[in-house]
Amino acid sequence: MENKIAKNPSATDGLSRVDGRLKVTGKAKYSAEYYTKGMVYAVLAGSTITSGSIKSIDTKKAESAPGVISVITYLNAPKVPGYQDTPAGAKGMLRIFYDEKIWFNGQPVAMVLADTFERAQFASGLIDVTYNKTPFETQLTKNLDKGVSPHNAKDYLRGQEEAYKTAAVKIEQEYLVPTNVHNPMELHAIIANWDGDDKVTVYDKTQGVVSTQRNIAQAFKLQPANVQVTAPFVGGAFGAALRTWPHEIAAVMAAKLLKKPVKLVLSRADMFTAVGYRPHTWQKIGLGATADGKLVGISHQATGQTSVYEDFTEGVVNISQLMYACPNVDTKYRLASLNVNTPTPMRGPGEATGAIALECGMDELAHALNIDPIELRLRNYADTDPLSGKPYSSKFLSDAYKMGADAIGWSKRHAQPGIVMENGWLSGYGMASGMFGAYRGAATVIARLLADGTLDVQTAVTDIGPGTGTFMTKVASDVMGIPAGNIRVKIGDSSLPPSPTQGGSAITSTVGSAVNDACVQLKQKLKELSGNVEGGSGGYAQILQQHNLPAVEVTVTSKGGPDMAKYAMFSWSVHFMKVLVHPTTGVVKVDKAVSVADCGTIVSQKTARSQIIGGTIMGTGMGLTEAVVIDHRYGRLVNNDFANYHVPVQADIPQCEALFVNKPDPYINPMGAKGMGEIATIGVAAALANAVFNATGKRVRDLPITPDKLV
Amino acid sequence: MEKEKNHSRPVEESDVKDNSRRDFLKKSALMTAVALTPVAAARAAEMHMDERLAQVFEKMPLHLEINGVAHNLMVEPRSTLLDILREQLDLTGTKKGCDMGQCGACTVHVDGHRVNSCLTLGIMVNGKKVTTIEGLAKGDQLHPMQEAFLKHDGFQCGYCTPGQIMSAVACVREGHANSEHEIREYMSGNICRCGAYPNIVNAIQEVKEGGMAI
Ligand code: FES
Ligand code: FES
Repeated sequence: MENKIAKNPSATDGLSRVDGRLKVTGKAKYSAEYYTKGMVYAVLAGSTITSGSIKSIDTKKAESAPGVISVITYLNAPKVPGYQDTPAGAKGMLRIFYDEKIWFNGQPVAMVLADTFERAQFASGLIDVTYNKTPFETQLTKNLDKGVSPHNAKDYLRGQEEAYKTAAVKIEQEYLVPTNVHNPMELHAIIANWDGDDKVTVYDKTQGVVSTQRNIAQAFKLQPANVQVTAPFVGGAFGAALRTWPHEIAAVMAAKLLKKPVKLVLSRADMFTAVGYRPHTWQKIGLGATADGKLVGISHQATGQTSVYEDFTEGVVNISQLMYACPNVDTKYRLASLNVNTPTPMRGPGEATGAIALECGMDELAHALNIDPIELRLRNYADTDPLSGKPYSSKFLSDAYKMGADAIGWSKRHAQPGIVMENGWLSGYGMASGMFGAYRGAATVIARLLADGTLDVQTAVTDIGPGTGTFMTKVASDVMGIPAGNIRVKIGDSSLPPSPTQGGSAITSTVGSAVNDACVQLKQKLKELSGNVEGGSGGYAQILQQHNLPAVEVTVTSKGGPDMAKYAMFSWSVHFMKVLVHPTTGVVKVDKAVSVADCGTIVSQKTARSQIIGGTIMGTGMGLTEAVVIDHRYGRLVNNDFANYHVPVQADIPQCEALFVNKPDPYINPMGAKGMGEIATIGVAAALANAVFNATGKRVRDLPITPDKLV
Repeated sequence: MEKEKNHSRPVEESDVKDNSRRDFLKKSALMTAVALTPVAAARAAEMHMDERLAQVFEKMPLHLEINGVAHNLMVEPRSTLLDILREQLDLTGTKKGCDMGQCGACTVHVDGHRVNSCLTLGIMVNGKKVTTIEGLAKGDQLHPMQEAFLKHDGFQCGYCTPGQIMSAVACVREGHANSEHEIREYMSGNICRCGAYPNIVNAIQEVKEGGMAI
């Protein structure tokens, strides 16, 4: 089944990654890859019960195993002063090795520290723990009635409640999205090393060196400036490294205790419980429309799981308030506390889940109305933000619909499902849209021109993969007229001027703007020096040489202006899928995938294309293969590895096309660029589910769409 | 946090062989006591006698060539090639993504064949030639597969990339790069969570079609 899509001719156009050479030669260093003298290796041991407390813990055998330096448990763990900031009994981040309580299966109960990894790992199996077990709940669908309304996600109503019920045509359906785990390829890892009692250096997998610095400083009551966080390369994260997790605190704690550098690399199994995940969520949606397809009402309810010790909320139902021009919308969001670890934002947090209900619901409604799904969306197209009433800063989603429809060959789609066969496979098309708030925060950038014409651009921001350094180079090159090869970007270091955490699709807008503004000011400064000689690095170098200056630099803080409040700012996407479904085995193959992004100007074409395709692929995993499975008899994960938690592999993925509307947003920032990390994934799984329906006539409302649900 | 050239822990065989064997023989009487009383065991531990025992009994010589450089090491039989590369030899270009043969991040070549170095004990490659991502380029001149990955943006975060490239080179050499479909099939042992798969296929196809000896 060879894919027929023509290769996107622009696939190799544009600036190659500025750090690409380091990555293809193995020289890029990730957090576990710094060697320091006398390094101690840490391995975690997790609870084998799901709820209760530790009755006894015997570490003697482990302690006398060769090479073991220490075993830390709640009994001997040094106090983390910041842990006292949370009042006893209050909810919050898990306090590691704090007391005897067990909240979930796999919760760290001990950490072995040894002189080699092998020895630490071996000894971690020698710890004897006995427990007092208490009853637990790990099954969301059995606990929906226990859902509570979180204080930061109030019920929403515009117009009439449940107005869909009064409409001429209506659908009402329930959907389930299972727990998905980010599973970046790089295991979470940290190396911590204290210098005296009041200074610590960490190499850490984090999406934000500044927030990690702040969190470690808070936990250990240090001056933030005395916490050095370094993360020049991050091997993927997708939200998993937004927080400073308990294991990071544990490593810093151990390094303090031993007065030695400590390295902790999570195992792949740990990656399912030591950091967060996209929470298992139940949804119910009601959609009603007039016979000619005008929405009358949307009612959207969701209940997501969280841990018993901490509330995690996300905007699952927000997309129903925002996406379509509909007079009557009501949404409710509930949290069910279970004996699981706390979830965390995962690519397209909330919206990716909400889009399953809304965008599959729209497909069901289109079918009930016998209207083309794109046409139904166009009939309910919002020209101003239905939530705030504000005008959009820019929205060209209808262009995106058209581009995507043309590229996938939407005209070949049959409205009647389950009738088209291709070489013995059922064939079908589906589409779904995505949206995510566009934002511009504050960032500070140093731009420094050296006498040899080199431009240094520096800020603390990390790059988890989208190509932050590359677009910074592109922006600087465009403003200054200096070739990319003469620009050096330094990022991922807390000692550099502050930048926000990489997440929420805000970095291109925020940091890109700060680079832009810094370069504009630098250019101005050089112009003043020279009495108006224009650019190019040769010209600039001359100015410096004439004035006998080793360097000219500016440090500029830049943030969004008043337009941020005047306009509703969003990035938009639409995903088109063509699938083939094997009628006997139920195997689903993605035959063609086209994603179109309307996210303003495309700053860095090559990396932008890769980011969209990457999002399509992650959404494909969400749609077809990914689900955490818990054995509810024991509350224990049964598929915490790559053999059983199926992320897409090469054979699952066809040539994917990423297209861009590429029209500037006039208000968000000087580049006119909006984020694309989230919209790349939001809507993908819904498009797949809709395509599977078109191919087979079967609605699978319980992700992932595995073969057993189709036969 | 200065990086040291030499690791604090002896890894080269010559560093440990003579000393510890002699030491061990001298102190073998104490060793008997070690087995008998906890107090002696604690004392022996304090004197790092357990280390010496481990050196003699738990480590084995390993001779191998990595990227053209001969290494004579003493390793524990349970140490994987991956951990030896990353933790003992500072060849961190080879990545750990799962440590159980499920992701391909640790792919290296042993005598020209791709293997998961996390599923390969060091002692299994005694006398063999290992090539890692660090050994692929010729000085400053990148290997054609590295060039193709750069050109086609066959990665984002870069963490799976060394494994992908080592696997891709082997895939072409094996004659398993004759169509997109075949490439996808034979590259499915290398997971990329950033989702660079189509770009990786394009890079491999270009190298294959370029017909260069790789
Ligand atoms: S680390 Fe070896 S296959 Fe994953
Ligand atoms: S490039 Fe990030 S996992 Fe492949």
